[in-house]
Amino acid sequence: MAEAVVRELRASFTAGRTRPVEWRAAQLTALVRMIEEKEADISAALQADLAKPHMESYLHEISLAKASCKFSLKGMKSWTKPEKVPSAITTFPSTAQIVPEPLGVVLIISAWNYPFLLSIDPVIGAIAAGNAVVLKPSEIAPATSSLFAKLLPEYVDNSCIKVVEGGVDETTDLLEQKWDKIFYTGNGTIGRIVMTAAAKHLTPVALELGGKCPVIVDSDVDLHVAVKRIAVGKWGCNNGQACIAPDYIITTKSFAPELVDSLKRVIKRFYGEDPLQSADLSRIVNSKHFNRLTSLVEDKKVADKIVYGGQTDEKQLKIAPTLLLDVPLDTALMTGEIFGPYLPIVTVEKIEDSIDFINSKTKPLAAYLFTKNKKLQDNFVTNVPAGGMLVNDVALHLTNPHLPFGGVGESGMGSYHGKFSFDCFTHKKAVLIRGFGGEATARYPPYTQEKQKILRGLINGSFIALILALLGFPREKR
Amino acid sequence: LTATAMAPAVAEQLRESFATGRTRPAAWREAQLRGVLRMATEMEAQICGALRADLAKPVTESYVHEISLVKSSCKFALKNLKKWMKPKKVPAGVLTFPSTARIAAEPLGVVLVISAWNYPFLLSMDPVVGAIAAGNAVVLKPSEVAPATSSLLAELLPRFVDSSCIKVVEGGVSETSELLEQKWDKIFYTGNGKVGRIVLSLAAKHLTPVALELGGKCPVVVDSNVDLHVAAKRIAAGKWGCNNGQACVSPDFIITTKSLAPKLLESLEKVLQKFYGHDPLQSPDLSRIVNSNHFKRLRILMGEEKVKDKIVFGGQSDEAQLKIAPTLLMDVPLDSAIMKEEIFGPLLPIITVDKIHESFALINSMTKPLAAYLFTKDSTLKDQFENGISAGATIINDTSIHLTNPHLPFGGVGESGMGAYHGTFSFDAFSHKKAILARFFIGEVKARYPPYTPAKLSIVKGVLKGNLASMIQAILGFPRGGA
Repeated sequence: MAEAVVRELRASFTAGRTRPVEWRAAQLTALVRMIEEKEADISAALQADLAKPHMESYLHEISLAKASCKFSLKGMKSWTKPEKVPSAITTFPSTAQIVPEPLGVVLIISAWNYPFLLSIDPVIGAIAAGNAVVLKPSEIAPATSSLFAKLLPEYVDNSCIKVVEGGVDETTDLLEQKWDKIFYTGNGTIGRIVMTAAAKHLTPVALELGGKCPVIVDSDVDLHVAVKRIAVGKWGCNNGQACIAPDYIITTKSFAPELVDSLKRVIKRFYGEDPLQSADLSRIVNSKHFNRLTSLVEDKKVADKIVYGGQTDEKQLKIAPTLLLDVPLDTALMTGEIFGPYLPIVTVEKIEDSIDFINSKTKPLAAYLFTKNKKLQDNFVTNVPAGGMLVNDVALHLTNPHLPFGGVGESGMGSYHGKFSFDCFTHKKAVLIRGFGGEATARYPPYTQEKQKILRGLINGSFIALILALLGFPREKR
Repeated sequence: LTATAMAPAVAEQLRESFATGRTRPAAWREAQLRGVLRMATEMEAQICGALRADLAKPVTESYVHEISLVKSSCKFALKNLKKWMKPKKVPAGVLTFPSTARIAAEPLGVVLVISAWNYPFLLSMDPVVGAIAAGNAVVLKPSEVAPATSSLLAELLPRFVDSSCIKVVEGGVSETSELLEQKWDKIFYTGNGKVGRIVLSLAAKHLTPVALELGGKCPVVVDSNVDLHVAAKRIAAGKWGCNNGQACVSPDFIITTKSLAPKLLESLEKVLQKFYGHDPLQSPDLSRIVNSNHFKRLRILMGEEKVKDKIVFGGQSDEAQLKIAPTLLMDVPLDSAIMKEEIFGPLLPIITVDKIHESFALINSMTKPLAAYLFTKDSTLKDQFENGISAGATIINDTSIHLTNPHLPFGGVGESGMGAYHGTFSFDAFSHKKAILARFFIGEVKARYPPYTPAKLSIVKGVLKGNLASMIQAILGFPRGGA
């Protein structure tokens, strides 16, 4: 199956179908139409897959996807134009440019937590860059997956953009094929498998993975604003099931009680006294993840640290926003990515100690700091490697199309959004154009000291050497 | 240290050095770059000596193709370093108002550079220059197939740069394998596709990003509408004047029309005689073949049954000296080994077609090359070639020379590699571009927070649609009441 799909797409790509800017614009315009006309269906699929509140479906998936299309439509003409660059004196006379060309036939493997956005957003980049695309939506979000399989062929050119549904077997089959790029969103275990499969064909990859996104909270903050932003970035993002959701908080021992109180108050205000009844919280995606999460707090030495929340409803796959204080660092909750509604708070003596703490773990996809202290901000930005960073807010950086969105180290490689999406699926070809004039005899064998002298001068930027070289020095018979 | 403890110890040492922050300040990076520049200048004679020992490389090529390019790289990096290190402000956008947004480059950390044997000085130092400029700690593994240059680098680098952060590890397959088992923050490999695949799959274990500078069959299309003498000189310079064809960007084979072929052949023969005389094996201006493995490999390519009678010029070889003369072949069968694998030597097959456009299909039937060359004055043909042939780079009316321009990214695509370097691209190859968004405690938008209500949704939708009234409402804290 996968082999046939790839063959068909290669034929379409080789025929040149995806190259004209008009074709690309037509696909993107159709996607905008699809998002607008089918907003209710998309929201319903997200509700079915995740009990995702309509506000989040709109704000975090539908509107971002639409904005992505529009940004690409607007920028595409200038992105596809060759970029002139300075010529070197060593190749005088010549013109030099960098010409973007599509990589060819690309595979996009999406994730289950933002199943609409994380499918469409990379696809937009691939189309804008002129590629043929296979999209493999996550089978763990089946309603959204089948919605794509049904909708995309109604709106876009099916000979160049295809949806392949399925689970592990179908994905493995796809990964055996030769692609010109693979874009994967998910976890590090599968990321390694994807990269290993890609290695067989020398296929470049982009991996959008995860990690433990830390939030440092200093004591000099406007606490009420800070906790609102932390709460909406954690439980207001798919109930913590987001790659950039805050994973844990670090604060000072002295400030922790106040911070915990503020967080409790804001959780109550957002989700009421019984969060399991709130319509504004996504559920846990499936029972596998539900069990994974509840087992993180099973151990007494973890359960004892719960200071708020902890309620669960297995039938509805719901877990309430839960705060924990000073969980032992060697527990699974503190070593692996949580990806759920548990929010542990780690306390340190001095707030500066949080920098070393974060750096003792693998590089996260995002790191957050709440403070008014400029020195701490500079220390954080300079000394904490991370995919992206926010000061005094959480998660928002992904809404800015001028910022590259991607990880580093264990949190991934490559980036996208805005023009970075276009670049992600593009080969920047160097093009050097010369005429038949400007012959520099000094360049050719037999090599002599005289010629070498002129070449040295030329390389060192000597104008006189250039003139001598172009005048055909040293003289010799044609 | 036993061999098995070497690689982990080196990696650990460099991690410690990097963790101290030693490689971060511009002053440190500049000092190292100046050290490399001084080394390339003061040790020119020694470097040329090593290249002569490893490859019988002529001094002119050692200077022009290796030493001078390393020096230019250092100077370009020194000139631009402050600019590269400065965070770049980007538009912050209305959705996160008020806020500031910027992109800052940070070093990846501890990186491994695996070099090649054909330009053993350049292909070692050029990536190292990029790694240093970007603030990383580096391990350089020079090619053991160029042993004189490898030991020269091992001896010289510690004298000119900070060896607590920049180390040379010499060795062969087992040392390289050991190094590849470690966790690096980036691996930069120059070489062939077979080992490239091995590097990539080992890197996958640690999720290490890689740059692979590989090869392929760089085609040269020669149209009839050219200045034939100039074209022949430039082809010859790019082929035999580049390490006797042992260069990743050397012309691998020519495609031309049946009608032009005899004239092209004549031109090439004339140029070869002028460049290398009547007995090229005696010319001091030709590199030798690097070792007997490659010498035998090339002899086998030339000696294949249906290939050997297609030799129309040259073909002489001297096994004792590991020399093979510039050799032209006419219309070898397309399924012969010489047309299926990268030649990487002084053999230049010429394939003839009826119409020049047929060359496109032939090139596209092969894997994407590192460079594709076209000689023509016809601007339509030039456009078609640029659009119709995918390659690392495309050069019109010359060969190989594009790598001297630091404003052009140098790298492959598909089988010829991934990633690019030279100039700013070297700095980028070893950097992580970190997005930074900074906000303040003002600018609270209540509509953003649960409990979600239709009123809030309406305001949020309005803001996203760019509706001014909605934006004002959002900033003023609508809807009133509650959070």
